[in-house]
Amino acid sequence: MLEPVSQPECGLVAEVVSCDVFAGRSRKEIEELEVYAGNRRRKLGDFFSVSGSAADSPEETRIVIAGSVERTKWIGRGMSAGEIVVEGSTGMYTGAWMKGGRIVVKGSVDSFAGMMMDGGELVVQGDAGDYLGCAYRGEWRGMRGGSIVVHGNAGSEAGHCLSGGRVTVKGRAESFAGVRMHSGLLVLGSAERRVGAQMTGGSIVVLAETELLPSFELIERVTSPEIEGVRFEGVFEVYAGDLAERNAKGRVYVKVE
Amino acid sequence: MKLVLKNGYVFDPINGIDGEKMDIFIEDGRIVEEVKGEAEVIDCSGMVVMPGGVEIHSHIAGGKVNTARLMRPEDHLRNVSPRTAITRSVCGYSTPSTFLTGYAYSKLGYTTAFTAALPPLMARHTHEELHDIPMLDKGALTVMGNNWLVMRYLSEGRIEHACAYVAWLLRATKGYAIKAVNPGGSEAWGWGRDVRSLSDRVPHFDITPREIISGLMEINERLSLPHSLHLHPNNLGRVGNVSTTLETLELTREVKPSRERQVLQLTHAQFHSYGGDSWRNFSSAAESIAEAVNSSDRLVLDMGQVVFGDTTTMTADGPMEYYLSSLTGLKWANKDIELETAPGVTPFVYSEKSPVSGVQWAIGLELALLVREPMKVMLTTDHPNGAPFFTYPKIIGWLMSARSRERVLNSLHPQAQRNTVLGSLDREYTFQEICWVTRAAQAKSLGLENKGHLGAGADADVAVYPVNPEETDPSREYEKVERAFSATAYTVKAGEVVVRNGEVVRVVSGRTLYVDARVDGELEREVLADVDYYFKRFYSVNLANYPVQEVYLTSPQAVKVDAGVR
Ligand SMILES: [Zn+2]
Repeated sequence: MLEPVSQPECGLVAEVVSCDVFAGRSRKEIEELEVYAGNRRRKLGDFFSVSGSAADSPEETRIVIAGSVERTKWIGRGMSAGEIVVEGSTGMYTGAWMKGGRIVVKGSVDSFAGMMMDGGELVVQGDAGDYLGCAYRGEWRGMRGGSIVVHGNAGSEAGHCLSGGRVTVKGRAESFAGVRMHSGLLVLGSAERRVGAQMTGGSIVVLAETELLPSFELIERVTSPEIEGVRFEGVFEVYAGDLAERNAKGRVYVKVE
Repeated sequence: MKLVLKNGYVFDPINGIDGEKMDIFIEDGRIVEEVKGEAEVIDCSGMVVMPGGVEIHSHIAGGKVNTARLMRPEDHLRNVSPRTAITRSVCGYSTPSTFLTGYAYSKLGYTTAFTAALPPLMARHTHEELHDIPMLDKGALTVMGNNWLVMRYLSEGRIEHACAYVAWLLRATKGYAIKAVNPGGSEAWGWGRDVRSLSDRVPHFDITPREIISGLMEINERLSLPHSLHLHPNNLGRVGNVSTTLETLELTREVKPSRERQVLQLTHAQFHSYGGDSWRNFSSAAESIAEAVNSSDRLVLDMGQVVFGDTTTMTADGPMEYYLSSLTGLKWANKDIELETAPGVTPFVYSEKSPVSGVQWAIGLELALLVREPMKVMLTTDHPNGAPFFTYPKIIGWLMSARSRERVLNSLHPQAQRNTVLGSLDREYTFQEICWVTRAAQAKSLGLENKGHLGAGADADVAVYPVNPEETDPSREYEKVERAFSATAYTVKAGEVVVRNGEVVRVVSGRTLYVDARVDGELEREVLADVDYYFKRFYSVNLANYPVQEVYLTSPQAVKVDAGVR
């Protein structure tokens, strides 16, 4: 259990908050873990009061952050197993490069949550910032596996360069969701304009009417389709695109009834 | 400062020393016959001692290198390491930072590196970057194959004026040699076009690529420059480009060398040795290129080897980069260097599964194995175009072991096995031949009299590799050889130990070499009047802001040439 006692004025780089790192470490060792507040090297114990004990393996390790840590970044970076539960909200890059295990954030996550994810599960009960489940800056090969579920809304460019796995936003996603997506499944409760811009593959499901780019072509109307292994109830218009891209094989399903 | 490298197996092909156990003596930054009195002694028993590596063609500094860095933040995630007491924090793989470039070359035993393309207008920037590359002596090849004044003088048959302009341009850019990239093609790209044969006309210039190439070779020999023309021919990377390349090599028959060296370096030859007439029957044409080099004393080549993986391509060949990005669909950048050239940048992934990448991989090695004399071959990857220079140890392993090549070849697409001859080549390089292709041949080609060898008077640049040539069979133990060549036991730069056991232990700045060629004063005044007009009429900068002063160079070292051109 990590209880936040203070947060630095600038961001706290805390990629050590991961079941892989905590496993097999004593409370004292966990307090000594290195974090960066801006460019200053500090200890995890300077910002969190640590209690409880870690298990021997990451699989059996469960980390609870008892509060909001909006300035703490990189929680669960590259984590391969175990569970992190955050009682409040987190900063940027939550669950980036995650390979396995589960992160549950009861509040909201800042931008770049689930960036380059390869496996595991990220559940956000509040909202997500921009670039949910995105590729790293400049990278064209994005998230490859695992699942992200956001119960609230998401910012711009959710599922940017998505190359596998599944991203679900139950609320509304801002512009450019699924931009440059290559494969995988992106499910949106509703979406602002320009869904799937430059997509070359994969499927986007929008559960409400939305305005698509002119480079998407209506190809059929289907009822209760199965998409990437998931069944969706209702009537959907199926669009192919983004036809502005070469050999584009993407599909956008828009729920109409 | 005196140093003795004791009891190593010394490879120094220029001086005919092939793995003899001997001592190397160093004093005041030079190799000497012997040292008297107190000296630091380093025990090199059981290790290979070679002159410091000389890199002849690597894109390590300049406008497009920096554009590539900006374009590929994802590449900076690789090789991240924090600063130490003496080294800076670094990152990057295909677009490494300047500091990493210096440290990493030094760990590989390299002590000198030439950046492959310096567009004159980017000269100041390029030298600022070279200034930030530690550990190495440096030089730059000045790009001239699409230069308006060069093309104008040549098309008007004013060869003396062309010579005087080139001499001035080398001095103004603090460049070391004449480089030409897709002659005429990058200029045509300004009009959305390219040239596809030696006989195409360059738009708005009454000249063909053939005339530019022959003209630049003639200028080079009239000026008697230390290096030959350094040529990236037309049609790089195009299926069936071997015919263009062979036709280009033919042009050297008409050129008399002014020094004891080639008249043309065919650079990144792999990219110019393609047979077939579509990507479906894409094949190696390495045999005919190697034959052309074997039967001529006027040609050398560097490999431009491909290694599988993710890299960034960058050349002063804008149309080629556009073509490549249209094949891959990946991001692309283009630069317009006004009256001089038009470089482009795009990422590329060479995949073992791709038949084309497989053939490309084989061609580089075929060239190195089919050219008989190792002094005509230089190991390059055209960093980072074929692969980043970090892959050199792997390539050394392939050159020294047919078995290690076979292992890769067997894992490739059947077309890569069918359309190449690599599988039938059993030649394996010796340590002496590796020494040729990584330093000695480069020094000869560049006309660097004090580099690439360990004779008295040479620069005290030495690499000591932790491998015993008498107890190692590279053919079988290629992994051991690769490990040894990936981190020196010692790198000595200008007489100081700068790397020990693969770690940088001392940071030095190195010198910058450039050519100072002089021609008749009256001739130069006439040319400068034309230059002045071009600047007033076309350039976006003032002539006064164009030439690079020596103050921009780290320890400038001019190679003076009295060209005697009147
Ligand atoms: Zn090059």
